[in-house]
Amino acid sequence: MTSLLEVDGLHVWFDLPRTAHQHGNQVHAVKGVSFELQPGERFGLVGESGCGKTTTILALMGLLPSNASLAGEVRLDGTNILAGGEDSVRAFRWKDIAMVFQGAMNALNPVKKVGWQIAEPMAFHGVAEGTAARKRAGELLELVGIPARSAERYPHEFSGGMRQRAAIAMALACEPKILLADEPTTALDVMVQAQILELLTRLSDELGLSVILVTHDLPVVAQMCDRAAVMYAGEIAEAGPMEALYHDPQHPYTRMLFAATPDLSGEQAVTSIPGSPPRLDREITGCPFRQRCDVPIDRCEVEHPSLRYIASGHLAACHRAGAHRDELAGTM
Amino acid sequence: MSEIEQALVPAPRPEATVPAPAPGIAAAPEQPGTAVPLLEVVDLVTHYAVRRGLIEAAARRPRRWVHAVDGISFSLQRGEMLALVGESGCGKTSTVQTILGMVKPSSGAIRLNGTDIAGLADRQMRPMRRIVQMIYQDPYESLDPRFTVRQTVEEPMLVYGIGASRDGRESLIVSALEQAGLTPAEMYLDRYPHELSGGQRQRVAIAASLVLGPKLLLADEPVSMLDVSVRAGVLSLLDSLRKDTDMGILMITHDLSTAAHFADKIAVMYLGRIVELGSAADVVRNPQHPYTKALLSVVPKRDPRDRQAAQILTGETPDPVDVPSGCRFHPRCPVAVDRCRVEDPQLREPAAAAAGQLAACHLA
Repeated sequence: MTSLLEVDGLHVWFDLPRTAHQHGNQVHAVKGVSFELQPGERFGLVGESGCGKTTTILALMGLLPSNASLAGEVRLDGTNILAGGEDSVRAFRWKDIAMVFQGAMNALNPVKKVGWQIAEPMAFHGVAEGTAARKRAGELLELVGIPARSAERYPHEFSGGMRQRAAIAMALACEPKILLADEPTTALDVMVQAQILELLTRLSDELGLSVILVTHDLPVVAQMCDRAAVMYAGEIAEAGPMEALYHDPQHPYTRMLFAATPDLSGEQAVTSIPGSPPRLDREITGCPFRQRCDVPIDRCEVEHPSLRYIASGHLAACHRAGAHRDELAGTM
Repeated sequence: MSEIEQALVPAPRPEATVPAPAPGIAAAPEQPGTAVPLLEVVDLVTHYAVRRGLIEAAARRPRRWVHAVDGISFSLQRGEMLALVGESGCGKTSTVQTILGMVKPSSGAIRLNGTDIAGLADRQMRPMRRIVQMIYQDPYESLDPRFTVRQTVEEPMLVYGIGASRDGRESLIVSALEQAGLTPAEMYLDRYPHELSGGQRQRVAIAASLVLGPKLLLADEPVSMLDVSVRAGVLSLLDSLRKDTDMGILMITHDLSTAAHFADKIAVMYLGRIVELGSAADVVRNPQHPYTKALLSVVPKRDPRDRQAAQILTGETPDPVDVPSGCRFHPRCPVAVDRCRVEDPQLREPAAAAAGQLAACHLA
């Protein structure tokens, strides 16, 4: 079975401006990321700020800034959408892959009516125009839980949660197969966050929409996604079914990230991860996580661990994964 | 000695011990044998006037008010951490700003060590502010980018005239930084905020408040801007500070998991009122108010197997200008009855609740 979306060895570099101190430096922000997405699947991309998760999905949308260069393949239904460089993505953008941006609720145009803003991409991509587009904008608003008549209102008349819903409606305007959601609930209150997550789950179930959820919030992914990839320093550290990641983590980073997240039960101690991620403008030898790892071995100093299968559908980039499985599980 | 200065008991200690780094000495209760809480808030009301337009003013339309804080009472003991939990617009930040004197309360009392500081003039508030310090949400915004760590931590001492000499201040800066977990402090003194990570910046902000030897720390979402991996470290720091120095901490958070882990008591606010108040364990395990129950049900769990039906409330917090009649939660309440529409419930101890756990609900 071919996947809906296959990301294969994606690399992204950013050129840094020349300064008095450094010349011609590059930041290697995404280092060979590969994953697959099935139709109707909800996939989580988790990690701390600077781990490359947003850069990865901006690459899928062809929306990286001009100082970025990239390598690798992104296949949509078997077609490499990066074949013609970033420009070739344009044909697929919004029509096949759409995105809800971080802080999207603050990205609406304040002087245009909400309905107009939802209809605009439809006209641009030739999906619908005029009355038909306006009618469809109303339907989309209803779909995300806003009365259709609100299409005649301006963004400032909407609450934060409603603006976020409108941004989702806009992303759905051209009936995409894949929705990329970058921290869709970060600035929202818990109750509104729950409403938006329920909406995304319902849309994915009802429309068969595949969703990639990018977030730093592990519990949100645990509740919403089927599978997830944990990213660290531009690489995937571990990927697999959500249950395996929580109950049988193979990479120390995954385990420590869960341990750093407070849970309502309040019973387990919450421990932070010492240190900070490595700089990505320098060559990293060995394992990028080794300075923060609680179980490093000599091999981690010299050899970069590659992502390998530990179990069916469960990958980890750790020298100790699998072999020391019981020992690692015991420390949870 | 004025009334205000009495609130500052004990009087400022000699220079060398001002930051109270030695837990053994500082952990002793300030006033042994007295039951006066560190902070006592009684029926606090903070309303903001809604600006009237020229026509409305000319027509003598009645002034309208934002009921930001609408009669709340709680107390905080030394060494205790109380979490104020609620959605945005519920009045938790207004509460803290009123305690800090940044906003004048409309009525009610704020007793610090037994002395009412509500609505004091700015000059009288000044000595009080030394013992009530604030940690802000965003350490990327709250630190001056042109100040080194040394300057940032030194500034409050210059304002309050602490530390006679440069060397004296330097040793206080070093001990405050180390108390905030930035060791060795010498490594950080000459750095600028842009050279620090988010967690380190928040620790610098904490150090800058510790040099004054505060008795009460107000923390407004102290970790929500930080990366997940360092949040626990900053929260553990606050936790150990209050235990070691007997400082009381009032923490604003929207994250019930954090409150459950680190706070002793939780106060759940809705539309300017405390709707539930009790020990963190009681509120989380045995919530009495339907709003608390709903809030708890939507907290995402870490375990993907633990997916339970969230009780999602529709809509958002109503406008605090037009507060609903009766129980202000009734329009969103899943179990509201007729009585809730007319009668405003008071905070009381429900029969099914633990001792000291209060809820404002007719049905609890």
